[in-house]
Amino acid sequence: MPPIVKVSGLRKQYDSGFEALKGVDLEIEEGEIIALLGPNGAGKTTLISAICGIAVPTSGTITVGGHDAIRDYRAARELIGLVPQEINLEPFERVQNTVRFSRGVFGKSPNEAYIQDILAQLSLGDKARARVRELSGGMKRRVLIAKALSHEPRILFLDEPTAGVDVELRKDMWEVVRKLKENGVTIILTTHYIEEAEAIADRIAVINNGEILLVQDKDELMRQMGRKQLRIDLAESIGQVPESLAEFALTLSDDGRSLTYEYDTRADRTGITTLLAKMQDTGLKLADLQTKQSSLEEIFVGLVKETA
Amino acid sequence: MNLQAIRAIFVFEMSRFFRSLIQSLISPVISTSLYFVVFGAAIGSRIDQVEGVSYGAFIVPGLVMLTVMTQATSNASFGIYFPKFIGTVYEILSAPINFIEITIGYVGAAAVKSLFIGLMILATSTLFVDVSIAHPLAMIAFLLLTCLSFALLGFIIGIWAGNFEQLQLIPLLVITPLVFLGGSFYSTSMLPPFWQKVSLLNPVHYLISGFRWSFFGQADVPVGVSLVAIAGFTSLCLLTIWWIFRTGWRLRQ
Ligand SMILES: Nc1ncnc2c1ncn2[C@@H]1O[C@H](COP(=O)(O)OP(=O)(O)OP(=O)(O)O)[C@@H](O)[C@H]1O
Ligand SMILES: [Mg+2]
Repeated sequence: MPPIVKVSGLRKQYDSGFEALKGVDLEIEEGEIIALLGPNGAGKTTLISAICGIAVPTSGTITVGGHDAIRDYRAARELIGLVPQEINLEPFERVQNTVRFSRGVFGKSPNEAYIQDILAQLSLGDKARARVRELSGGMKRRVLIAKALSHEPRILFLDEPTAGVDVELRKDMWEVVRKLKENGVTIILTTHYIEEAEAIADRIAVINNGEILLVQDKDELMRQMGRKQLRIDLAESIGQVPESLAEFALTLSDDGRSLTYEYDTRADRTGITTLLAKMQDTGLKLADLQTKQSSLEEIFVGLVKETA
Repeated sequence: MNLQAIRAIFVFEMSRFFRSLIQSLISPVISTSLYFVVFGAAIGSRIDQVEGVSYGAFIVPGLVMLTVMTQATSNASFGIYFPKFIGTVYEILSAPINFIEITIGYVGAAAVKSLFIGLMILATSTLFVDVSIAHPLAMIAFLLLTCLSFALLGFIIGIWAGNFEQLQLIPLLVITPLVFLGGSFYSTSMLPPFWQKVSLLNPVHYLISGFRWSFFGQADVPVGVSLVAIAGFTSLCLLTIWWIFRTGWRLRQ
């Protein structure tokens, strides 16, 4: 299946001269949830804005559902719903009016039942006639989602949908996102919360300084993350790893005073008990033990530091 | 053509108008009444007739024009500036619509609002003076064209403006003086020859003159010239908007 969104060689230089995107290539598969992770100012919002038609790319191409986002902008944009990072809503407008407006500007004929249904799904059913300024921050964010969904898009961009949202509501939103995925909607979300990416994404893309550093299957990343290291400091230095411990694939430090063992925390047997027992049999004296986990956060921070 | 989008923008803008209908109508009606009291009763009692028309009736077309021009400009400029200001413009920029549709939606709503207010002023003025309309069709045509062209101008101002001061600047600095000096409350034939010549440089003068002709059958300048002037002004605004649309000026990053 061809990717539903394809970005190639995308560059964006703002009028100020600042280059916010430096040649981004990204392919998004239909029906997946992809999380864009990156620190402040990485270029996440700029990337989304370029795909959605809010920012004009300096160079590069974008296709959405096979349609060029510039030449064939109508066909491309009809497929997209966007929840912006900022809460941009008219304070005096009624909730259902702003949602109707969104549906209309995307060229769909009025469908009151559908609009009320979307509002109900987002637990805004009783707020349909309320004015936007009477809502809490979390409710406003859900109004933005309702607006983005009002025209039945196939692709939904969520730019930090859970910033400033409490834990309870965040979980509710994840639920909404999962349901959308079940209905075949492709979802691209940006977030600063690694747990959020872990909880709902199928794939994770890390972006920094206007460049994509990594795009990987989340489970793949989690497997890497599931690996742990056990460092065993020895009382006396040794010249090489004893023959009897060969099966553990240990690495010996340069000074010969510590051994490192890698294992998978999710395996049935980690092998630690056997290793320690065998070490004792071999007569090695232990000075200290340390375990270390490489988390997604660490992978992320490491990547970002490398390119800083 | 994305007709649904035009409709959505139009309806949304009109609902803003109806939400504050009383405010939207009351201030023009009150200021018109004040003009009648000051110009019609106080000054008009000393000028009995202008070009064979009682002074009170003579100022009606000028008053309607003054209000329609300022209302069309401010409504249209606010209509597009406000979404830019509060950030909701993202939705219009990411929607499958082009600039022509956006323009029709916003300018159409602003023109209809100002037309509505213009007709209210006309109705109010009948409470003070006898108003007869010699060429009703021409009157409506002039009124419509004025609403439209000044709404277009307002739309350009709204896109150009980077803050609220700039939004007020052109109406205050350009439109109001041009309207006052364009013969709203007097006939330019009452001016010394030099100032009559200067008035010919004022585009608004042609509109007011043509509009007044549709009421009383008399004009400062030939009515054909008035029509050409307003058509020229409308085309100029359309060209500017087309240029904005081509370059994405000040809307898209
Ligand atoms: N309109 C603009 N003009 C000039 N520079 C801009 C503009 N918008 C964004 N930038 C710059 O582009 C860079 C990327 O910004 P962007 O908003 O895409 O970051 P982000 O990844 O979304 O960050 P955050 O996580 O804080 O939302 C930043 O350095 C920002 O200062
Ligand atoms: Mg951002």
